[in-house]
Amino acid sequence: MTNVQRIRPVRVIHRFNPLQRTLHWLMAVCILAMLFIGVGMVSTVASGYLTLVNIHKPLGILILILALIRLVVRLRYGAPPLPLDLPEPMKLAAYLSHYALYALMIAMPLIGWAMLSAAEYPVVIWPGVWLPQILPLDPSLHTLLWNAHFYLAFLFFALILMHLAAALFHALIRRDGVFDAMGPRLTHDEVAPAE
Amino acid sequence: MPEASRPPPRNPVGSLVIIAAVVAVAAAAFAYTAGWFSPERLTPQKLVDGFDLRMPPPLGHRRNHAKGICFTGVFEANGAGSELSHAQVFAKGQYPVIGRFNLGTPNPDADDSKERVRGLGLMISTPDGQEWRMAMIDPPFFPVATVEAFRDLQIASASKEPDAMAKFAGAHPEIAAFGGWAKSAPWTGSYAEEPYNGLNSFIFTDSSGNDHAVRWSLTPAAQPVPVPPEELAKRGPNFLETEIADRIKAGPARWTMRVTVANAGDQTVDPSKAWPQDRRSVEVGTLTAQQIEAEADGPCRDINFDPTVLPGGIRTSDDPFPAARSAAYRVSYDRRTAEEKDYPRTTTGAAQ
Repeated sequence: MTNVQRIRPVRVIHRFNPLQRTLHWLMAVCILAMLFIGVGMVSTVASGYLTLVNIHKPLGILILILALIRLVVRLRYGAPPLPLDLPEPMKLAAYLSHYALYALMIAMPLIGWAMLSAAEYPVVIWPGVWLPQILPLDPSLHTLLWNAHFYLAFLFFALILMHLAAALFHALIRRDGVFDAMGPRLTHDEVAPAE
Repeated sequence: MPEASRPPPRNPVGSLVIIAAVVAVAAAAFAYTAGWFSPERLTPQKLVDGFDLRMPPPLGHRRNHAKGICFTGVFEANGAGSELSHAQVFAKGQYPVIGRFNLGTPNPDADDSKERVRGLGLMISTPDGQEWRMAMIDPPFFPVATVEAFRDLQIASASKEPDAMAKFAGAHPEIAAFGGWAKSAPWTGSYAEEPYNGLNSFIFTDSSGNDHAVRWSLTPAAQPVPVPPEELAKRGPNFLETEIADRIKAGPARWTMRVTVANAGDQTVDPSKAWPQDRRSVEVGTLTAQQIEAEADGPCRDINFDPTVLPGGIRTSDDPFPAARSAAYRVSYDRRTAEEKDYPRTTTGAAQ
């Protein structure tokens, strides 16, 4: 395989670049933490509630910033092509789920911020550091945004589970290099140059 | 990846089992965190539902302290509080407030002469873009020591068992002090003659970074005139709202804000126990209510007086109530804003 690659005239990208991989895994941790904090905080009156809320808001803003950076990086550097033999429905699922994940990464923090603004709740990202309100006080808008934030959170988690299942499907069953494109390190699939 | 270089797929059954297991464990962890496997967990939904045990929920209204009237005014800080907290609200100056006088009842149509607990919600805004929100009541201590006890109190007071309250008092003896206050404290004919107490303990941080455990209260400038409740009953079910509107039309009502500082070793965890009387207190400013507005279309209607909305320089202590109140107030707010149409935004809406 290394020989095949060396004589190839056109350079094919097989992996996301290190910046893309770093962003992906960093955001994976942030987003999973965010979703668990979210469902946890709305179901408790223990004093941990405030701790969770005080993490949820700045972490949401951090995810928004990272997601915007990631979008720019993705538009600039693209993604490795999917395997040619991947069935069309799977390719379509891959494309659509990635669009949905990007949309949610950007929309969820914005919906949360807008929802808090519509209720005139502060978005405190650090003690004494309050973000401006992005919407005027509006109870019906608050209700709409609250519902969106709530249900999209479950959709987001479901999509992440699908994404995880698909990644493992590529890694364990198809072993077609798709997992390694974002994987933390090369697995046995790709032959190291020394071999 | 060129297909030719791919190793042959393994027997997929084992791999599929692994994938299913990973997804199932992740989903289960999520469900566990959400409390779906923990029906005994005290959720804010349960606390708010607890106010609906005795009567159907007051659609469109706050789930507790449901009857109220808005006011606007100013908080004039005298600068003395800066010794305790670097929050801008304590720097000498005038800061706009939105407030709400209310009754401690889930019934928005309650008779003013029948409700023992009167309250005041307050939101003070400062030019740095921050706010200090609070919701205070007139008793000098809270009825119960813990959030779980509050839930038990909700259940006991809605119970049809004749000895439910006696059993509750046996398990939570701190309620006796509150019962004593309810029996002996004089009733007054005006929201303007009531003291309002924060009860919960908070931590102030001064500009040198030193922390001070504090509680705060509003003391009325108007002299309280005791009126027997039988007398108040003759004044009509909304006499408090009528009285405060008439009074403030004639001139503003004022309260002095006092911040009481704990001695080293004073407990901050239990709002059912007042600190000894000799604790140092600092007069930090004056609250002035300048204008009354009906709640239905007033400025306090869609404000959540969440006691954990605090400016830099004030934070929560180990008192468990502010967190629980914040969580429950959110649920109440989410419900009532979703029921907006059940509480028309007309001046007569308040009386419906």
